[in-house]
Amino acid sequence: MNNYKLIYKISVIIVAVLIALLIGAIIILAVGDDVFKTYWIIISMPFKNLRAFSEVLIRMIPLLIVALGISVSSRCGIINIGAEGQMYMGIIASTIVATNCPGLPKFIVVPLCILAGAIAGGIYGFIPGWLKAKLEVSELLSTVMLNYVAAQFFAFCIRVPLLDPNEKSGTPMSRRIAENATLSKLFRGMSLHQGIFLAIILVVVIYILMFKTTWGYKMRAAGASSRAARYGGINVSKYLIISMVISGACAGMAGAVELMGVQSRAVAGMTSGYGFSGVVVALFGALHPFWIVPASFFFGILLFSQVNLQILTSVPPNLVKALQGLIILIIVAVQMVISNPYSIERFRKRFFSKAKTSRKEA
Amino acid sequence: MARFDKITELRVEHITKRFPGVLASDDISLSVGEHQILALVGENGAGKTTLMNIIMGLYQPDEGKIFINGQEVQLRTPNDAFDCGIGMVHQQYMLVPNMTVLENIALGMKNSWKGLKVDLQMVREKVTEISEKYGLKVDPDAYIWQLAVGEQQRVELVKTLCLGAKFLILDEPTSALTPQETDELIALLKNMSKELSIIFISHKLNEVKALSDKVSILRHGRVVFEGSTADYTPKQIAALMTGHEVEINANTDDPSNGDPALVIKDLCVRSDRGFLALDHFNLTIKSGEIIGLAGVSGNGQRELAEAINGIRKTESGTIEFFGKQIQNLTPGQVIQTGMGYIPEERNTEGIVPSMSVKENIILKDSESERFSKNHILRNKVIEQASNKAKDDFDIRCPGIHTAAGSLSGGNIQKVILAREISRNPKFLVCVYPIRGLDMGAAEFIHKELLELRRKGVGILLISEELEEIMNLSDRIAVIFKGRNQAVLERGEATTDRLGILMAGVEEDE
Repeated sequence: MNNYKLIYKISVIIVAVLIALLIGAIIILAVGDDVFKTYWIIISMPFKNLRAFSEVLIRMIPLLIVALGISVSSRCGIINIGAEGQMYMGIIASTIVATNCPGLPKFIVVPLCILAGAIAGGIYGFIPGWLKAKLEVSELLSTVMLNYVAAQFFAFCIRVPLLDPNEKSGTPMSRRIAENATLSKLFRGMSLHQGIFLAIILVVVIYILMFKTTWGYKMRAAGASSRAARYGGINVSKYLIISMVISGACAGMAGAVELMGVQSRAVAGMTSGYGFSGVVVALFGALHPFWIVPASFFFGILLFSQVNLQILTSVPPNLVKALQGLIILIIVAVQMVISNPYSIERFRKRFFSKAKTSRKEA
Repeated sequence: MARFDKITELRVEHITKRFPGVLASDDISLSVGEHQILALVGENGAGKTTLMNIIMGLYQPDEGKIFINGQEVQLRTPNDAFDCGIGMVHQQYMLVPNMTVLENIALGMKNSWKGLKVDLQMVREKVTEISEKYGLKVDPDAYIWQLAVGEQQRVELVKTLCLGAKFLILDEPTSALTPQETDELIALLKNMSKELSIIFISHKLNEVKALSDKVSILRHGRVVFEGSTADYTPKQIAALMTGHEVEINANTDDPSNGDPALVIKDLCVRSDRGFLALDHFNLTIKSGEIIGLAGVSGNGQRELAEAINGIRKTESGTIEFFGKQIQNLTPGQVIQTGMGYIPEERNTEGIVPSMSVKENIILKDSESERFSKNHILRNKVIEQASNKAKDDFDIRCPGIHTAAGSLSGGNIQKVILAREISRNPKFLVCVYPIRGLDMGAAEFIHKELLELRRKGVGILLISEELEEIMNLSDRIAVIFKGRNQAVLERGEATTDRLGILMAGVEEDE
């Protein structure tokens, strides 16, 4: 890639972030709070101490895992907005395994729970994948509808079959998972858990899958041009379904990790919208595993700031959600700008006119 | 915006237009006088379309001026150009198929709109007036989908004239016509030039010769030649256009006596719209021969190619490939039998546009032992193979990591050809291989096809360019409405005879 193109892209992203902050500032002013203080809290709190930093990381873990899955299906040409539902299914399966394996050693139960989450999420991803591949049902429709089904099914599970028998207050929640099913904390007194290793492994695995194997190659070809892929003898339907299974499995694993590392039991609202934010993270990370890492970290900071804003200011934590929404819109706009060759050219003319003359001579 | 009753002269001076990394128009000056027909010729990417888009107000030139009747005009939008009386008929017709001719014409005529009502009577009078004046026969009440391509083109012409065009720009008007329709059009345009002036974009030099008064040749955005058409032969114009003597590749070898490679019997295939696009189609092609399938596009050629390659399901009939029935196999299975396929839509089907040249080279073979081991891609081997393909097939690109879709049409076709030929196919289905390519690229592709034939590979060459078919084929079949009209030996085929068969007239023998 030419130098100026990279600089161009980075500057467009910076401008986008600035625009988002500016619009956010208007909203903050409207609720009558201090703009700089609010932003300062968002930016500085995560780095205040290691404990705060680990809070950001535990939010980053499920986001990263979900987003990796979404990058796989998106590259194969199917947008999975059903990660939220797939996460719920993963949590349910994982909870069942985690609460029913007394006496087994940890090194067996932990992988088993994660596997259960992956399988349940994978199956739940298979459904819209199959519907799209065989019946051409829009994945936007099927995944969103399946999210509702999963959310209600989860609500039912934690109220009836999985309800904690010892819980007298009536709060819907499952039994606490056994110690042999928890992901241990890495440092004393900090929330960071072993799930981060799974996330890191998945980054590498997904990268290799998508860019080094024939399967990933075929999925990308099918996503980039299903017609050309079909012409080239690639079974587009098959890879569409596989990509959705992988995507669902990732979401399911994210759910399992959240259960085993953070919540320790299935409770209402425990997906925290990671399934939806994951779509944004995947897009923000340009659907590339290596870029998704910083993207999920950035969103981890945003999510963590919800907590701090509530404590330290009168800014409603939902403001952060509004900011997320703004960022989505701006990303879409930015992608249009970035892919427009004319604006790249104008940028080059203005800031890199030297490069232009040397090119002309050549 | 100035309006003109008559355009006696259209002149552009020193037009320069830069696109990122390309100088699309480089100091172009042209002029067309009253009743003149200027042919604008040049290879693809020479800048013809850019120049016309500037005249139509779609692009703004970076430098240069446009004059009408000696008066400078600013054409900022297509509406400005219409107002000045300039009209363009694009290569792709802009007609709504399920509306009548009249309604289509009324669409663009703002003065026929009265509030919420359209004054169709006024449009009808105008259409009648125009078609009588210029001898353009159209049925105002026919639906567009009922019309043949040549008739649709007449509708486009009438539409443009009804909008008040006094100056016509025609972008490759003959590209979809049969030879007879082409002759008709040329006669028509000649007649029309008594009333107005025309710029005619083409790369078919016989037509340029037959129609135009003046010719301007563009190369790399510059006018490299202008002169009176009468003074030059098509061959001389071709040489000026490409910058070198054009070598015409012709198949002069003896007919092949190889074994039948592909035997198609009573094949019926439905089109996307549900009608029988192939209706009991029969054809046998031997190894080591090229069969040219002539026909106006839309007569079942696409369906035939797709059925052979497993992309389209067949209704009935058989396709036998070296004795094995291959109808209704998946595309992947057909590829495994050794079938090669150069598809019609090279930009969207033949390549994955956003993927690199390298990744496109392995599109059909990512699972082969050569390019992968245990499903892990062997990047080094792939790069070597791609670089070799780039050199052997003269693919002009910055590198094998460039997105294939960013290459020119000719180079995209070379990528496809490189992939298909390096797979050592037993047979090749080749659909409109040089459509829209410049002469240099076309020459190269024809050379490769003849080379492949010499190696004993059978080729089904589907084309609408009779010249291409007559030069390359051993035998020529003609398709009309999904049926094989006739199979002629190379010696028997003449343009006239093929043209009659392509129009659906059965020969009595």
